[in-house]
Amino acid sequence: MLTKRLIACFDVVNGRVTKAQQFQDNIDVAPAEALAQQLYADQIDEIVFYDIKASAEKRKIDLDTVRRVAHHVFVPFTVGGGIRDVDDMFEVLKAGAEKISVDSMAVRNPDIIRDGARAFGRQCVVLSTQVKHVGIRDGIPSGYEVFIDGARLATGLDALDWVRRGEDLGAGEIVVNSIDRDGTATGYDLDITRAVADAVNVPVIASGGAGTVEHIGDGLTAGGASAAIISSILYSPRFDRNVGVRELKDGLAELGVAMRPYLDA
Amino acid sequence: MIDVIDYRAGNAPSVLYALEHLGLPARLAATPAEVDAAERIILPGVGAARATIDSLVEQDLVGALGDRVRGDRIPFLGICIGLQVLFDHSEEGDTDGLGWVPGAVRRFPDTGRVPQIGWNRVRFTHPHPLTADAPDGGHFYFVNSYYCVPRDPADVLGVTDYSVEFCSVVARDNVVATQFHAEKSGSLGLSLLRAFATWEPAC
Repeated sequence: MLTKRLIACFDVVNGRVTKAQQFQDNIDVAPAEALAQQLYADQIDEIVFYDIKASAEKRKIDLDTVRRVAHHVFVPFTVGGGIRDVDDMFEVLKAGAEKISVDSMAVRNPDIIRDGARAFGRQCVVLSTQVKHVGIRDGIPSGYEVFIDGARLATGLDALDWVRRGEDLGAGEIVVNSIDRDGTATGYDLDITRAVADAVNVPVIASGGAGTVEHIGDGLTAGGASAAIISSILYSPRFDRNVGVRELKDGLAELGVAMRPYLDA
Repeated sequence: MIDVIDYRAGNAPSVLYALEHLGLPARLAATPAEVDAAERIILPGVGAARATIDSLVEQDLVGALGDRVRGDRIPFLGICIGLQVLFDHSEEGDTDGLGWVPGAVRRFPDTGRVPQIGWNRVRFTHPHPLTADAPDGGHFYFVNSYYCVPRDPADVLGVTDYSVEFCSVVARDNVVATQFHAEKSGSLGLSLLRAFATWEPAC
């Protein structure tokens, strides 16, 4: 049976992992390379790396840091930030990623999803979405709108319409990143996570808001997600107590969520 | 020395980093001359079947790989799409493969989420030097929409359940291949790569 995944999320600025709240006020955590080594040793299931300023600053992704992190990560490694075309994707794969995450650039030019899937297979293309609850209104039948550029720019796109289109274009996974819950430790937005999981047939990843093992369990069961992105709970300095991968997996096992078992050395 | 085939649709660097981490001598091979000189080959992959075959043809590697692996019988490990292209045909893009292992590659039914992405169990059907250290039922990392169906059941070394029970490890003479990403399956995957580095096929 396929197990659920715990994915550590790196919001990288200048080679260092940072932690935001609702996409703002990033504070410094640790060098990306060192944190990757530590989390690999702790048997995290996957790592996703976002160069969070590349898109807004209209520059290429920080390939040097991607390469240094990739040297220590022998679990799946997804990379995103400022990916504009297949050539950018190719450079990131050559730096050691095996999945590419597209977000703001895919809203501006949806063809990059299709082009990436054609060149590298759909399993290589992760569509990450920043969604915010705005209430049901004209053009937003789900009540959730897609935002881009670090949650700063509303797109007028309905979240469910966009993820369905992304799947049709060739996205192999969909990340549902709740702007409202990001860094708040109040739990994933289960309503939109579940709605997306019901709307598409590719795996869906819950993101934004996990503060306890119960939150993660809820995302993976009630939320219908195949994987859970976590960050604050692992390493946010804003948290009184951070929790390691092993303790999270033990807790999820107690909640009846099938995870890759922790292997003793 | 392990030569990792470097082609446009591949993730050769990930495999190279894993081999470096294990302290195993390895390099990238992208030309027929480099393949001719190889002693041990890994064909990695993350891509689509058609794009992979097109890349191998474009780089003129198909003949050289066939000569070394099928002719000279050097140890060969295919990973993910590097497994799927070994077969006669793939449903993905209606693509003809290398035809080194008889059989076909089919798409998962839509009863589960496709692609399969994540850690799943592998049960081994018989002992093999490559998997001697691997726990039966251990978890490995999969990313695939398609799975292989070998014509000869003796070519199946491992099986996994995802909507259907499918062949997740192939072994035929000097050719082994895993549907999962050995280079991305943590310590269990690294053990398999280490075993490949010293494997001497009996054929």
